[in-house]
Amino acid sequence: MTPIPAPPVLLSALTPVLVILAAGALVLLLDLVPPRDTKQHLGGLALGGFVASLLASVWFWDADLRAFRDMIALDNFALFFNLVIGYAGALVVLLSMDYVRRTGAETGEYYALVLFAGSGMMLLGSATDLIVVFLSLELMSLSLYVLAGLFKTRLDSGEASMKYFLLGAFASSFLLYGIALVYGATGSTNFDKVAAALAGKAPDGLVVVGLGLMLVGFGFKLSSVPFHMWAPDVYQGAPTTVTAFIATGSKAAAFAAVIRLLFSALRSMQPDWTVLLWGVAALTMTVGNVVAIAQSNLKRMLAYSSVAHVGYMLVGLVAGGASGAGAVLFYLLAYTFTTAGTFGVISLCGRTSGDESVDVRDYAGLARRHPLLAFVLSLFLLSLIGIPPLAGFVGKFYLFGAAVRGGYLWLVVIGVLNSAIAAYYYLRVIVYMYMREPEEAIPAGLVPSFAGGLALAISIVGIVLLGVMPAPFANLAVAAVAPLLK
Amino acid sequence: MSTSVWLIPAFPLAGALLNMVFGRFTGHRAHWIAVPAVGASFVTACTVFARVARGETFTGPLFSWIVAGDFEAPATVHVDALSAVMLLAVTGVGFLIHLYSAGYMHGDPGFARYFAYLNLFLFSMTMLVLAGNFLVLYVFWEAVGLCSYLLIGFWYTRKSASDAGKKAFIVNRVGDFGFGLGVMWLWTALGTLEYREVFASVGNLAPPTATAIALLLFMGACGKSAQLPLHTWLPDAMEGPTPVSALIHAATMVTAGVYMVARSHALFERSGTALEVVAWVGVATAVFAATVGLIQPDIKRVLAYSTVSQLGYMFAAVGLGAYAAGIFHLVTHAFFKALLFLGAGSVIHGMQGEQDLRKMGGLAPRMMTTTITMTIGGIGLAGVPWITAGFFSKEEILSAALGGRRYVILALLLLGAALTTFYTFRLLFLAFFTDPRMSREVARHVHESPAVMTVPLVALAVLTLVTGWVVGIPSDKGTTVFARFLAPVFPVHEGHHGGALLLVLSFLVVGIGIAAAVSLYKLGPVRADAVSQPRTPLHALLLNAWYFDKLYDRVIVRPLYALSVFSAQAIDLGVIDGIVNGLGRAVVAWAGAFRHLQTGYIVNYALTMLAGAVVIVGFLLAR
Amino acid sequence: MVDDSWYVALSAVLFTLGVIGVVIRRNPLVIFMSIELMLNAANLALVAFGHRFGSPEGQTLVFFVMAVAAAEVAVGLAIIVTIFRLRRRLSVDDLSLMRW
Repeated sequence: MTPIPAPPVLLSALTPVLVILAAGALVLLLDLVPPRDTKQHLGGLALGGFVASLLASVWFWDADLRAFRDMIALDNFALFFNLVIGYAGALVVLLSMDYVRRTGAETGEYYALVLFAGSGMMLLGSATDLIVVFLSLELMSLSLYVLAGLFKTRLDSGEASMKYFLLGAFASSFLLYGIALVYGATGSTNFDKVAAALAGKAPDGLVVVGLGLMLVGFGFKLSSVPFHMWAPDVYQGAPTTVTAFIATGSKAAAFAAVIRLLFSALRSMQPDWTVLLWGVAALTMTVGNVVAIAQSNLKRMLAYSSVAHVGYMLVGLVAGGASGAGAVLFYLLAYTFTTAGTFGVISLCGRTSGDESVDVRDYAGLARRHPLLAFVLSLFLLSLIGIPPLAGFVGKFYLFGAAVRGGYLWLVVIGVLNSAIAAYYYLRVIVYMYMREPEEAIPAGLVPSFAGGLALAISIVGIVLLGVMPAPFANLAVAAVAPLLK
Repeated sequence: MSTSVWLIPAFPLAGALLNMVFGRFTGHRAHWIAVPAVGASFVTACTVFARVARGETFTGPLFSWIVAGDFEAPATVHVDALSAVMLLAVTGVGFLIHLYSAGYMHGDPGFARYFAYLNLFLFSMTMLVLAGNFLVLYVFWEAVGLCSYLLIGFWYTRKSASDAGKKAFIVNRVGDFGFGLGVMWLWTALGTLEYREVFASVGNLAPPTATAIALLLFMGACGKSAQLPLHTWLPDAMEGPTPVSALIHAATMVTAGVYMVARSHALFERSGTALEVVAWVGVATAVFAATVGLIQPDIKRVLAYSTVSQLGYMFAAVGLGAYAAGIFHLVTHAFFKALLFLGAGSVIHGMQGEQDLRKMGGLAPRMMTTTITMTIGGIGLAGVPWITAGFFSKEEILSAALGGRRYVILALLLLGAALTTFYTFRLLFLAFFTDPRMSREVARHVHESPAVMTVPLVALAVLTLVTGWVVGIPSDKGTTVFARFLAPVFPVHEGHHGGALLLVLSFLVVGIGIAAAVSLYKLGPVRADAVSQPRTPLHALLLNAWYFDKLYDRVIVRPLYALSVFSAQAIDLGVIDGIVNGLGRAVVAWAGAFRHLQTGYIVNYALTMLAGAVVIVGFLLAR
Repeated sequence: MVDDSWYVALSAVLFTLGVIGVVIRRNPLVIFMSIELMLNAANLALVAFGHRFGSPEGQTLVFFVMAVAAAEVAVGLAIIVTIFRLRRRLSVDDLSLMRW
């Protein structure tokens, strides 16, 4: 038996993740001591954790650290995703401070779980080993399963949690078996070694099946068709702030892992997965948009819409290269701001009973009752449609532009056609807000607290900034994917 | 020059922001911000125009907007003779309409919101005209559409208004889909979107590529400028306030398509087919919309179809290569059609919101200013020889058709002109000169509009009268002052002008039109119930605008909605319950389990995932 | 000495059995057990492959997976118990409040 050498420890490569984990542990600890009647300070601590992690990520920019026998990499790619996830987490915490207290679900564990999920997401962006991918994916998912069931007394929340958990675990098993097969084919789980083992020869059956099974697992996290079915139910049933985190952070993290896996470890199989993703992208966009038209529950509609947006982003993966992958990163940044903001507005439009206004009819005449909130939501929806000069437009421009240059004109035609369809259902919400009278008297929407207002303001600044001056951020995104394409 | 150029859009933008943010405080005084903002913009446009007249042009980047790899799209502005003319028309007419709005919208609860939107529109429209590359053009192309949507649905408590807004937006998205693809293709083919570079290098495009790109761009123009088959939104857009119809849906925004085609003429010329398509779509729309206008009972819908028809004339002109003529007609049309809409607004205002021609009549003695100015506008629209600018600009278009020996097009345009004359005079007669048909109650309150509304009418009437004489008279070489001014942008075609033959033809069609209108409406009293009654299938066809809306509803809207419901219910349920259960049964049977598979949702989701996994792995292995 | 590939084949069979269990059973606990079976199938494959390559890596990975599986059990049971408290019944078919 050969002795197992102890790996050299280089904790600095994990700094952003460790900061968040530490904040999570601290939240759990402080939860036990007074004051017990309010958990607001724990929210502040969670926010501090995310902000500190963001600062750490900025600090480490352009570092190229590897640790734990190349299982973890802290390169610009990982740092870019740390920024996206850190922002998403911070926005979610800001929105939660208001939301969980109003819905009576404020606990210390909530913030701790958000932090743990966030650390899993960040780790996923750094993972350069299949087993780390699996571990961080589970760290993220397990926290989110619990968060989805936060409202312990509500059936829909429990149902969402159960569906998310069972199907998620099912998908993870596919992923793990895929990992096992890839290990069997290449003798390693390290991305670089896998790439070296696969280079220059035709892939054998084992690794092909492994790729397929791993794509099933990731397809679930990304909610790409046909693995999207959980998304509408979970988005609808879960607490709105958790939905926002699932829709932004977990999606970004899954994309991080997929991009790193496909572009570095499985680079030599690009012809295989490109064709596959072409079909998945087309299907995902179309199913998401078409089904969204018939929804009247806003959270459900946004779930299908997020499925459609995943389809757009997959177009960038199909296009490949620095421009394609960079476009996906940019789109994720824009999408995170927009989606977090949209769900943020929904979380603020509560009825007095604590129930949420999730039916589109509840938004009738919102412009009259709460003009600012209506205006803000309109901006987010317009960005989702892709109206210039908001972030969504520029993001689509980069994605489709990369695909056009890659020669995937038909995919772009499908995509542009899809975004034309999508205008309908987003616009319907705006029509309701500005051009319909409410059918019954609805109490005025809540005035956002300072934290909620701050989150919305950050998101608005984000989408306008990304829309008006996208160039620096796009350069950042392209720089972030550069290390993968060496 | 650069600073003054930037001031043109900056003034309305500032006005829009002020009224948007401080709407609560400005309230019914919002016009004190909005009107001077546009006035300042107009004055600046005049100074820019004066400089351009001296031969200056200006192109400048604002900042690097979108960078993707080797592609860079700075936000560029470009000022030349064409943009200067457009700017003058947009801000000038815009100013008059803002002024008019202060009276027309007085007392509306959304007064500040209205002026904020209107200022925002003017900002977007001037930016659209100033754009120096296709990307900026596209951005503001969408922005004016958005403003138009907001203003059509301005009175959102009326369901018809919000529906019309949505319809306008969605029909325009169809066109924009083509426009977006065209811009993207242009970029792939040439690697740049800057006007100057694109037009300098169109020679490198293969003619079929150029045709495809030009036609895609034209698709956008069809949507924005309400050409067949995307015209259906414009008549419905009349649900908006009347000054909005005048500004956006007659004078400025809807002409953006014509402007775009004229601006990109180098590209369209690279492909003969595209120009041919433009010309024929224009001609077809001109005649089609004129026939529909013949019989509409609503005063604004008559004018709306007339706008569609006149836009058809402009497209016919640019399609025939007579760009200067097309733009000239654009400008004169902006004057007389804004005049007609504002006049109609004055009538509606005076009659407490009545828009139905059947309930009007005999307004001439009560509303002299409106009657006289609107008659001048009508004469302009009909193109009665010599009196107004409308004659000179239409003459230029007909002369281009004659000069190009396009006799079929010429005949159709003349037919359209006859129809135009008829419906114009029908409108004037029914509104002003026939016996009154309104209720006693309404009749008692009919009154002339306040000065803030009639002054713009008079100003536009003067413009309609003099513009033709000042810049529209052809020289010996057949070129007008207007065309020579645009010579740096559009090459001047010197040649034989239509002359006497065309003049005779014009007299003929106008005479026929007026005679028909007089015989039907002026001689003897008009029975209200006889107007716009579908007595024959032809009447019904025209009254329903050739059933385009019904057709679209049946062929596109309903099936798409049905498909969506079907997908939501059948695909998520039926397919899972059906196909996947079938697969599930197979799995179960294969496993030797005999229990009948019951429907349960988590299981169905898992089965779908399994099916997806099987397909993916199978696909990868089969490759 | 049995060839490694037999172990891999066995793991594939176990994985398939797990998948079938997930799609045909109604009790969330049994579904969850089937998922555990799938995870363990992967573990078996990892060990078999590790043996083939003569490296300890495969076996090490199994420990991580087992830890994750344990965490999954904790979370899964908690969720199932919460649902059971609300419903007093334990069948995933009841969980169809949200659909379409």
